[in-house]
Amino acid sequence: MTHFMILRVVAKLLIPFILLYAFYVQFHGDFGPGGGFQAGVIFAVAFILYALLYGVDVATRVVPDWVTRWGLALGLLIFAGTGMAGLLHGGAYLNYSVLRDDPITGQHLGILLIEFGVGLTVACAMITIFFAFARRPR
Amino acid sequence: MASVIWFVIRLRNLFAVAMLSGLYSLLAAALFVQLDAVDVAFTEAAVGAGIATVLTLGALALTTSREAIPQHVPLLPIFIVLIVGAALVYGSLDMPLYGDPSAPAHLHVAPRYIAESMNETGVPNMVTAVLASYRGYDTLGEVTVIFTAGVGVLVLLGVAANLAATGGQDRDK
Repeated sequence: MTHFMILRVVAKLLIPFILLYAFYVQFHGDFGPGGGFQAGVIFAVAFILYALLYGVDVATRVVPDWVTRWGLALGLLIFAGTGMAGLLHGGAYLNYSVLRDDPITGQHLGILLIEFGVGLTVACAMITIFFAFARRPR
Repeated sequence: MASVIWFVIRLRNLFAVAMLSGLYSLLAAALFVQLDAVDVAFTEAAVGAGIATVLTLGALALTTSREAIPQHVPLLPIFIVLIVGAALVYGSLDMPLYGDPSAPAHLHVAPRYIAESMNETGVPNMVTAVLASYRGYDTLGEVTVIFTAGVGVLVLLGVAANLAATGGQDRDK
C-alpha cells in the first residue's frame, strides 16, 4: 500500500486542520453559518479520511468502537438532559432562559450544550455507519 | 444540474453516478448560497456532497460497480412517476412567488424571530437561534433520527461484521 504515499502525507497534513475547522464550525455557529450538524459531519470526515487511507483497523485503534457507541447515545442524552434541566429549574422543557439568572446567559449556555450534543451524536453516527460498511467482508 | 441528472440516468457505471450525485449536491449548495441560505448550503455541501458520496462508494465497494441492464421496459413506474410529478407541479402553481413578502410563511412567526431573536437569545445568527432555541424540540427529533440511523446500521451490519470476524463462533452462544 506504499503507492498511496502522497495521499497519505497530504491527508496527515490536512486532518488537523479539518478537526480544527470542525471545532470552529461547532462553536462559531452562534455567529456565522454552521452548528452541530455541520461540525459533526466535518469532524467525522477527518476520521473517515484517515480510515480510507490507513485502513479501518488502524482507524479503529484511534476511535475504538465503544467511544463512538457511547458518544452516539451521550450526545442525544446531553440534548434531552438540557431540556430536563430546564424543567428542573422551573421552566418549560428545552427552555434555556431559566438555566441561569440572566435569560441571555441561560440561552447561550443551553444552545452551547445542545449544539455539543448534536455534534457528538452526528459525528459518532457518521463514523459508526462508515465503519460498519467498511468492515464488511468482501 | 439538468445535464448532471441526464448523465446520472444514462450512465451504467455506478462509480461515475456516485461522483455525479456528489457534484449535483455541490451545485445545489451553490444554488442555496445564491438564495442567501448559507446554513442550508453548508449542510448540503458537507452531508450531500461529502458524507453521502463516501457512503455510496463504501456501499459500491461491497456490491458491484455496474448497473444491470433491465430485462423489461418499466412502463408502470414511468406512468406513476409522471402522474405524481404532474400532481406536484400542479400543487406548486398556487404557491406564492419566491421572495413575496405577503407569503404566509413570512407573516406567521418570522417577523417575531427577526425582531426579537437578538433580544431574547443574544445569538446573532438567527438560523441558530431558531434551530436550537425556538425550535429546539424539532432539532431534538432530528438528532433522535440520526441516533436511530446509527443504531439501525449497527444492529444490521455491525453485529454481522463481528460474527464474520470471529468466524461465526459467537453464533453458538
